[in-house]
Amino acid sequence: MKRFDYASPRSLEEAVQLKSSHPQAQLLAGGTDLLVQLRARRKATDLVVDIKHVPELNALNYDPARGLTLGAAVPCYRIYGDPAVRRVYPALAEVANLIGGTQIQGRASAGGNLCNAAPSADFIPLLIALRATCRIAGAGGSRTVAVEDFCTGPGRNVLQPGELLVSLDLPRPEPHSGARYLRLIPRNEMDIAIAGAGVAVVLDDGVFRSARIALAAVAPTPLYVREAGEALAGKPVNPESIQAAADFARAAAKPITDMRGTATYRRHLCAVLTRRALEAAVQRARETR
Amino acid sequence: MNHVRTTINGEAAEFLCEPHQSLLECLRDILGLTGSKEGCNDGNCGACTVILDGRIVNSCLVLGVEAQGSEITTIEGIARGSELHPVQRAFLEQAALQCGFCTPGFIVAAKALLDQESSPSEDRIRLWLANNLCRCTGYDKIVRAVQQAAARMEERKA
Repeated sequence: MKRFDYASPRSLEEAVQLKSSHPQAQLLAGGTDLLVQLRARRKATDLVVDIKHVPELNALNYDPARGLTLGAAVPCYRIYGDPAVRRVYPALAEVANLIGGTQIQGRASAGGNLCNAAPSADFIPLLIALRATCRIAGAGGSRTVAVEDFCTGPGRNVLQPGELLVSLDLPRPEPHSGARYLRLIPRNEMDIAIAGAGVAVVLDDGVFRSARIALAAVAPTPLYVREAGEALAGKPVNPESIQAAADFARAAAKPITDMRGTATYRRHLCAVLTRRALEAAVQRARETR
Repeated sequence: MNHVRTTINGEAAEFLCEPHQSLLECLRDILGLTGSKEGCNDGNCGACTVILDGRIVNSCLVLGVEAQGSEITTIEGIARGSELHPVQRAFLEQAALQCGFCTPGFIVAAKALLDQESSPSEDRIRLWLANNLCRCTGYDKIVRAVQQAAARMEERKA
């Protein structure tokens, strides 16, 4: 790696100040993307700011009234090891346990996965489905952005120079709701999705009250397919409604052909994964009170 | 230069490093602990696996400066003196290695699993070790070795 300086701020104020005075600084949480990119010279920096010791970025709190606050630097193993996350957001625990292998999960964070803004990022479709919002801090104060509006292109996001992601905030799931993320990878583990679908549904007496669906690896950014979820609202919970939503997802996908899969195959996967994820989310919603 | 104070394999260890040096480089090139291997240097192969504050990590994806104040176990700290750890003995008995380059990473990762779970299933072992690549054995012997080590460690407890 090229030489850089290192700072390890202990407070959010200090971290924001460092980021403001060094717009080119790169933030380090688990390093599982950043250190690979610095080594491969896909990114360059003269300052790495290790944000793991900032309390707000390390928070993992569930409050039945306010929902989940997931600090941007919290590693995967803490997410799936947290009893409240497993109970209230089981799909989130599953994704944390799906990314990379054990060693990667010891370091990689949901916030890092989001900021890295890969179209194939596994956390992002589910965060969108779960209505997560990003709390962003900067010298001028803080602002909130919906996760579906955060990524602007491959490896690009809405963070302005001097800003940093503090936490992801997930509302408390409604009664009779369920969520699921499914992806297809060529290997059993440790691979990048050819396509993925994250869904969340709220049921009301045999009818979909609402649904949200987002896709991975089929567009320049993780893709929120608003119309696929809206198509389900008010519809009976049956295979026809679910297939119709899956068809919306297929139609919304804008995939490319690359070494992982063809555009045709990816479109097909969008429908299959969306259908299966919806079926699993419905099952989950029926099992929860 | 940064002055990093850690505990490595149960003993206090200090070193000086540049911020851009990985923990793996610090272990191998500064501290002379060359048991941890550099395979891919990008987090895929697991040959550099160490236990950092109780969690296995790829030491190629950790900066040396990040280890400030932490507790690290490397392959050099797995045996007790001349007495091999049950995982090490099982690897020998099951011939769970050929070239041996991946072996330190596998043994550290397997030891960390057995520290927290006494009788993991075959699926659990394979999933836990998914971040460790071996290009020689085809994995079956490695999995058998971990199962044998788990059984021996259970017997010893009984």
